[in-house]
Parts: sequence; C-alpha cells; structure tokens
Amino acid sequence: METIQLTIDNKQVEVAKGTNLVEAAAAAGIKIPTLCYMNLHELGYENKPGACRICVVEVEGRKNLAPACKTTCTQGMVVRTHTPRVINARRTVMELILSNHPNECLTCTKNGHCELQRVAGELGIREVRYRGETTRYPKDMSVSIVRDMDKCIMCRRCETACNEIQSVGVLSAVNRGFPAVVSTAFNDPIQTTACINCGQCVAVCPTGALSENSHIADVLRAIADPSKTVVVQTAPAVRVGLGQDFGYSGRSVTGKMVAALRRLGFDYVFDTDFAADLTIMEEGTELLGRLNAALEGNPDVKLPLMTSCCPGWVSFMEKHFPELAGNLSTAKSPQQMFGAVAKNYFAQQLGIDRRKLVVVSVMPCVAKKAEAARPEFGREGDPDVNIAITTRELAHLIRFANLDFASLEEEDFDRPLGESTGAAVIFGATGGVIEAAVRTAYEVRTQKPLARVDFTELRGMEGIRSATVDFDGTPIKIGIAHGLANARQLIDDVVKGTSPYHAIEIMACPGGCIGGGGQPYHRGDIGLLRERTESLYAEDGEKPLRKSHENPYVLSLYRDFLGKPCGHRAHELLHTRYYDRKPVVTPCSTTKK
Amino acid sequence: MEKICMSQKRIDEIKAVCKEHGNDPGELINVLHTVQGKLGYLPKEVQELIAMELAIPAAKVYGVVTFYSFFTMRPKGKYPISVCMGTACYVRGAEKVLDEFRRQLGIEVGETTADGLFSLDSLRCVGACGLAPVVTVGQKVFGRLTPSNVKEIVEEFRRMEEA
Repeated sequence: METIQLTIDNKQVEVAKGTNLVEAAAAAGIKIPTLCYMNLHELGYENKPGACRICVVEVEGRKNLAPACKTTCTQGMVVRTHTPRVINARRTVMELILSNHPNECLTCTKNGHCELQRVAGELGIREVRYRGETTRYPKDMSVSIVRDMDKCIMCRRCETACNEIQSVGVLSAVNRGFPAVVSTAFNDPIQTTACINCGQCVAVCPTGALSENSHIADVLRAIADPSKTVVVQTAPAVRVGLGQDFGYSGRSVTGKMVAALRRLGFDYVFDTDFAADLTIMEEGTELLGRLNAALEGNPDVKLPLMTSCCPGWVSFMEKHFPELAGNLSTAKSPQQMFGAVAKNYFAQQLGIDRRKLVVVSVMPCVAKKAEAARPEFGREGDPDVNIAITTRELAHLIRFANLDFASLEEEDFDRPLGESTGAAVIFGATGGVIEAAVRTAYEVRTQKPLARVDFTELRGMEGIRSATVDFDGTPIKIGIAHGLANARQLIDDVVKGTSPYHAIEIMACPGGCIGGGGQPYHRGDIGLLRERTESLYAEDGEKPLRKSHENPYVLSLYRDFLGKPCGHRAHELLHTRYYDRKPVVTPCSTTKK
Repeated sequence: MEKICMSQKRIDEIKAVCKEHGNDPGELINVLHTVQGKLGYLPKEVQELIAMELAIPAAKVYGVVTFYSFFTMRPKGKYPISVCMGTACYVRGAEKVLDEFRRQLGIEVGETTADGLFSLDSLRCVGACGLAPVVTVGQKVFGRLTPSNVKEIVEEFRRMEEA
C-alpha cells in the first residue's frame, strides 16, 4: 500500500494514498469538526459535497483555506487545523448557517442529539451577528417520518442515503441559490411518493430537519388507561441499540431493557424474538416446500425465495419491482406475526376482547410504523399492532419515567410470548434471518442434527454476500444483501431469471436492523455497527436453544392453536399478500383549461 | 398501481424524444430541452414520464428542472418576455422596467396573461451589457429601455397579433 507522509498540527502522520484530511487528522487524534461529511467506510458510502465549510484548515502554500473533507493528502503537506484564521473562518461559517436556522433547540426533536448544536457548542458561538431572510417551509409528515426543512443545512447526507445507499431516489436537491432545499419530486408530500419509510435519511440527518413521527404519547395514554391490557414486544436489534443512550455503546442490555419496560407499566413484556422463531417455522417450511417442488421438477415454483421480514424492502419491492411479489415469502414479518398471535390467541387466553388488548412494538425501524398501519394487518379496524415506536423513542420513555437505567436489575421476559432461541436473536444482523432459516430447514429436511450451528460464511458486513450450504448432498445456494442499492444487483438477476440462488435475504438498512432508521444515531460509526452485530451473535451463542424449531413455546402454540406450520390456521394468521404499487402511465384525454 | 394520465399522442411524442437520446440518463438536459421546445413547458406528468423512460428518479428530473431557469413548469406566453436583471442592467434601472411590465400586463414574474399572449420572467445577463437595460421578447432584443418604452413594446406585439 502506497503511503503519504504529512504534518498536521506539527504531528507527523502517515496515511494511505487517497486519504482525505479529515480522516488523516482523525488517525493522528485530531478531530476536525464536520457537518456535511459522512463516511461509512466499509459499506463504501461517502457524503462529501464540501457544502458546509466547517472543516476548513490552513494548508501551507495555499492561499485560501481548504475544506479538509474534500482535500486529499499529498506528500509533505503541512496542515494547521486551529490557527486564529481557521477558527475565525469556522465561527463565521457557523454563524452564517445559524442565521438561517430556527434556533429552537430546547423544543427541537433532536435536542441533545444534534450535530449542529454540538459543533456550535464546540466553536463557542455566543451570538449570531448576521440577520436576514429565513426559509419557511411547511412541515411534511408521513406515518414514519417528519420533515421540517427549515432546519435543513443542505448537507445532503439524506440525499446520499436515499439515492446511493438505498437507490430509492425520493429525495433530491431542488431549486437554486437561497431557495435550494432537499425535497421530493414536485414537493409532493412524502407520504405520496415512492418513499419506503426506511428512515436512513433520518439516521444520517445532522439536525432536526428529519426525524421519526413520534408515538410516545399514544404509549403513555394506553398504559394509563385502566380498561386496557398493554403488552410490549421488542425487536432483536433494540437490545443492542438502546444501551447507546445510557453509556453502554453497542452492548446488549436485554435484561435492563425488560426491567425498564416493566417499570414503565406494561402489563406483559414479551419478545418479538418469539415471533421471529415463529417466522422461521413458517418461512423455513415455505422454503422447503418450494425447494422440494423445484427438485421434483415443478416448473411453476418461484425461486429464489426472498425474505419478507423487512418492511422497507417489502415496500421497495411493491413500488419498484412488483413482478417479484411471487418470489417473496408470504410469511408476515415477526412484528406482525406477534401482533396476530397476541390479538387472536393471547387475548383469548386472557379472556378479553382483542380491542381491550393494546400491542406496542419497539422497533429499530421507522418503516415498522408504516407496516403496522397497513390495513390488511388487523381485523375490523383494530390493528394487530396498535403502536410501533423506535429504539430512540423507548430511550426517551425511559428518561421520561425517571428510571436510572444503570441501576436497573436485569429481568427476564414474560411467558409464553417472551421465550426465544438464538436463531431469533440474530434476525437483527444482516444474514441473520437466512442463517436462522438454514438451521431449521437443514434439520427438518435431513432429519439430522446440525454438526455446527454457526454458519459464519453467512455473516459479515460486505454489501452482497453468497454461500452454498450442503443440505446432506443437496447444495443450497444463498444470497444476502443489505442496503437496497446492493440488493438491486441481486434483484436484477431475479427479474432476468438468471439468479443462481435458492434463497435470498434482503435487509434495507446497512448492517441489517442493527443499523435501522429507528436506532440511536450511528453517525457513520462503523465500529459501533460492528459492536451491535457482535453483541447479537454473542447473545445467540449464550442461548441454551439456538434453533427456532426447538422453542418449546412455539411448538406448544402450534399444538394448542395454530396446527401445522403453513397449515390452514397458520396461513390465515401468519401469512400475507403483496400489492403492485408501481406507477404506470396510462393514456387518457387531458382536459383543456 | 399509481396512474399518471396523459394523452396517447403526448406519451408517444415524449417517448420518441427519449428514445432519440438512447434513453440515456446522461442526456436528461437535452431531453428536457427538446421536450420543452415541443410542448412549451414541462409539467409534472411529463417529467414523471421522462424519469420512467430514462430509468431515473422523478426527484432528479425535478431537481434539474428547478435548477436551470431556462426550464419552466408553467406554459409560457406566445411572446415570452424576459427582463435582464444582470448587474449592468440592474444598475441601469432594469427593476423599474420590470415593474412597468408587471403593471402593463397585470401579472407577476413567472406568470402568463389570461389570453396566453405574454409571460413575464427575469433572467441573469443575456450578454448584451452595452445595451443595458435589456429585454428580450421571444427572439427579439430591446435595448437601452426606460419604463416609458414598455407600453409601446406590449402594444407592438398586440398589433402583430391582431393583424
């Protein structure tokens, strides 16, 4: 590897050729402030439009100041990052940004989590000397996302997330000069666009311009209502995300989270992981059914089977590739399986009307809010999942309730819908769903116990991965993608009919659910995403049961209530269908004005 | 399935333009230019169709249309009036000329008269600073204008229309 030597603040630094000044300085322990710059190293995504100019530095021999993010290190370069000239320029830039920013930090949704607020604090801005025109945009809101573009600083990270990471293309910079803003096509309300609600725009936004549509108040109201029994389910990735807001970084805080939920007043603290085991029973059975049919030469069988747990991906399929609907597993996502079981089985067990049971889900995801609101997921206007909140909203609720998270004693989930295996835990990481499915499908098909439960060949952070698993003589080919731009490459082959795979797992967010749009902000810290992933695999390793078909409560649910996997009742409650939501141009007479 | 409505003739026309440019996303500006030349403007449904044909997001097309002042989403008048507000024209009173056009036509910048004859826009520099302040009406250029000339110009085109 070719390296470059340079001097930053009198420190000798050696970096790989092509490194920019922000990264080179970071390697030397010098943190140059940034706003628009974002680098998701191994995932291969970078946002550096050089728009904000907060990262300017002095480079010897160069007249003007250089934006560190856009400046590539050269041999012998001498850089100064905190001369009076640099600091003065940075403060002026910050004041200019703030001169068109609603300085309402105290009541802002990002209060305490805002990068603009933090950098302004670090630069010691005490007064904004510039006054002028300010932008006024109407607030725009979908069931998942709130856009308050008065707070936009045009860093364009959301545009990178929407276009480069997800290839969804809903957000784009529009207009020119002062009215320039990131918007949708024709400034249409986000709810009416091809937005899939993945929330990666929210995950990367440095200010309060993009945030989740909060449903905290609904949760508090439900808990306070004495006529309601309130159950909560927590997705796998929440337990490794939640701790970040309480100083636990990406470590698993399952026991403390359960304790906190109980203290918040939920009547039953259950686990989406239970439903993840259930998902594997259904999806695994479906996969085996299709594989067997294909091996018997049935030409109508749709392969590869594609996972359907991720609502961002499901929405993406419906809006961009509806022709693939037949390839998706008809199994509902774990969130919705849990809702269906809670409302149709658990309410019955309690002897109460399903309308008296409120199902709250805590998800690493904002798309889950949109999923819960889909009309097919409910009965007679009563949704199976009443309220979906994000990991961030749960952290907020915990603070709201005056709970000292650190001192909470660890507790365990309630039974029966709180029991899970290790296979369910790893749903939160890219490759996890397919690994869980393989563990069960292998044993069911071969009738032999797995010699090795860990399929490490399915794990990792590469955007697209593949592996062949030997099912006792039958090679099963598996494809995995996270980030929808990556997924597109696998999808294109499926559309063309040239996909070599039997099964494909797709997760919309980078890293899978651990990097979801509802998690505490990762700010491009790939180390944090890796820590969350490792925590999930560690928790899987510690579980006494690690295969979904060994979950005793899942098995008894089939025995007492559901019947067989993919059987009649299971189909009715645990499976769904998909819709064609792709726009088409139809000829029709246009009315003359 | 979300439906976008347009006449078959228009659909075919736009698809043909896209095809002439190889349905290449890199040709977006040329496609927009040609289509605006044919239709006079680029309404929402036209941009959506172009986006589909070139396989790019509609937001990108809209981003380009709103970035370049040449493109318009509203039908222009038969005689599009552009008042130059470049530095030279501005200091020599272009704003007063523009105000007089607004008064004479009864429309704001970016609007078109009810009879569809005139639309009013401002632009930055037509490269004829020696003639400042400059106004173009279609392909015709008027220089060294004062507000007192405005009425005469508008009437000239109205007479042309009546003849």
